[in-house]
Amino acid sequence: MFVQPAFSQSSDNGILRSDFQLDAQTYRQDSLIGAPNVREKMLGQGFLNVLYSRGNFSAGVRYEGYFNPIQGIDLRYTGNGLPYRFARFNNDMLDVTLGNFYEQFGSGMILRTYEERSLGFDNSVDGIRVKVNAADGVTFTGLIGRQRSFFALGPGIVRGGDVNVNLNQLTVFGEDWLGQDAGTIELGASVISKFQTANDPLYNLPENVLAYSLRASRQSGGFRTDIEYAYKYNDPGFTNNRSFNPGTGLFVSAAYSGKGYGLTLNFKRIDNMDFRSDRTASLNNLNLNFLPPLTKVHTYRVLTLYPYATQNNGEIGFQGEFVYTIPKNSFLGGDYGTTITVNYANIHALDTTRIDEFTYTSQFFGRGKMLFQDLNIEIAKTWSKKLKTTFTFVNQSYDKDVIEGKLGYGLIHPWYVIGEASYQLTPKSAIRMELQHLFVRRDFGNWAFALLEYTFNSHWYLTVFDEFNYGNYNPEQRIHYYSGGVTYVDSGTRLSLSYGRTRAGILCVGGVCRVVPASNGLTLAITSTL
Amino acid sequence: MKFFSLTVIVALVLFSNAALAQSAKGTTLPSVKIKALDGTVVNTSTLSNDGKPIIIDFWATWCKPCIAELQAIHALYEEWQKETGVKIIIISIDDARNSKKVLPFVNGRNWVFEAYIDENADFKRAMNVNEIPHSFVINGKGEIVYQHKSYAPGDEAKLLEEVKKILAEEQAKKP
Repeated sequence: MFVQPAFSQSSDNGILRSDFQLDAQTYRQDSLIGAPNVREKMLGQGFLNVLYSRGNFSAGVRYEGYFNPIQGIDLRYTGNGLPYRFARFNNDMLDVTLGNFYEQFGSGMILRTYEERSLGFDNSVDGIRVKVNAADGVTFTGLIGRQRSFFALGPGIVRGGDVNVNLNQLTVFGEDWLGQDAGTIELGASVISKFQTANDPLYNLPENVLAYSLRASRQSGGFRTDIEYAYKYNDPGFTNNRSFNPGTGLFVSAAYSGKGYGLTLNFKRIDNMDFRSDRTASLNNLNLNFLPPLTKVHTYRVLTLYPYATQNNGEIGFQGEFVYTIPKNSFLGGDYGTTITVNYANIHALDTTRIDEFTYTSQFFGRGKMLFQDLNIEIAKTWSKKLKTTFTFVNQSYDKDVIEGKLGYGLIHPWYVIGEASYQLTPKSAIRMELQHLFVRRDFGNWAFALLEYTFNSHWYLTVFDEFNYGNYNPEQRIHYYSGGVTYVDSGTRLSLSYGRTRAGILCVGGVCRVVPASNGLTLAITSTL
Repeated sequence: MKFFSLTVIVALVLFSNAALAQSAKGTTLPSVKIKALDGTVVNTSTLSNDGKPIIIDFWATWCKPCIAELQAIHALYEEWQKETGVKIIIISIDDARNSKKVLPFVNGRNWVFEAYIDENADFKRAMNVNEIPHSFVINGKGEIVYQHKSYAPGDEAKLLEEVKKILAEEQAKKP
């Protein structure tokens, strides 16, 4: 049986692509775990993307519907509409987009618009963007528009420009003018300006706020360095407590790697860099920039209880990560090699001195109190073609008061031990197990977690897990959060149905988080690339 | 009320199954820009393997099932290449939080896949990928012939099966 393309070489008529996702959940009140009474009993939301392209032209639209937003998603999404639509023309020299677009200048310190549907995050700009490849290796980008705010646009106008130069591809000085040993060198500069009317009776607020950033990177062999600096003129707003200080950001990264090893070092300093196109916006709304936390992204369930989120108003920190694969056919490496990853991150508040109600000074390399520290070691070993295991040890310090905006917890010190194993039973069926434990003296106390996943064949999986807060200091809160579900996958489509209790927590993707309340009910998720 | 909820869910499942009849099969790769690990910008419509099949896999450094899948393919890659000539292209969707770690991550595991970073998610969006891992099998003419979402141990065998199907089909077409 051969695969017959559904509509082969349809370049004359163009190509249509689409994807959609649906999430629905039923809710039962469960006072023991704090699951609220949801009046609708069932909530559901979904989206459908349709993209069309023909030659140099493309266009797309996304329908989104929230009936009503599932628990934890901002209620301002309630409703439905077409909040994303664009038309684009691009050839080798010119790239023009009208409508919504996602753009990032450098690492995103002054501009990054993106979407993270699972968090209900979308700060796309609705406007006009033009990119020009002026000469080999030189790209200019210019944009203007307003940002999406749920099913409307924010009040501020965003204007921006960026230039990126790849020195190696620059031919005006002759071919290969940098020489063979120079490596790949890139330079870039960006500027963003936002405008929002101000008629505050008490304060003289700037209507136009400018921010700029400069960056450079060099790569040669296995060695890579990146540096980026950003500056933002004073922009008093809700999220920075009306600080009239300017904002600054510095990000430095060095990496060295070769066959079987890799080392990454990062340094970051952020001072008053929360940047939004509306000075009254808060939470995950109308952000212009993205300041990633320099900590490891943890995905094991118990490790999501204490996630770090960047303190946009000020932090200083560093991170180091080392990866090493013990060669195969050695004593420790076994037949398939063993990979060890060690990661350490340390983040402090800035050392600041207040001048008056609206301004402060901060020492550049001074450190205030510790906000977060994370040392984690992961050992992944393939024992045979059938058996694979991963062990993880993590030790953290977490300032719950600062990170979650609470009072009276201070710095807590959780540590974790996690084991994961997967075993192939037949060529198509497999079993996977996770055992996780979180030790913590305060807050919720200890947690244990066990997960079992059985893959019947390449289509069906069965997953059951239980998260047990057995160490809670309140005996009534020693609760089992059990869940069971079945998943069906067929090529580009995944359907999953699960039932269980979910603990209240923070869901983070890529360093942006949303608070998810506790729930008890049936969850359905369908996602498909058509 | 419960009955109503259930009816809605069942209706949605049926709807989604009906929608499966459509597919991206037979279409070629869209034209967007991604970055190679040395920083060079590459247009995705130019990705090729000299007329032999390609597997494109979207992943990220924080995605456990993605790493499990790539690790499984890594163990078999030499064998696969000898047998079919297939090339594996991996597209990291890591953002600024981890994009600088991608090269050490790949080198540290001895992966020899052709690797790119899609930091602004342009390629991900153009391919309608909304979850990772998500892999695509491309034939010698650059057409998508198969795709697969998520990873469970053993799924890599299905990818190889699809690559072999392409070769068998091309063999059958030869005079």
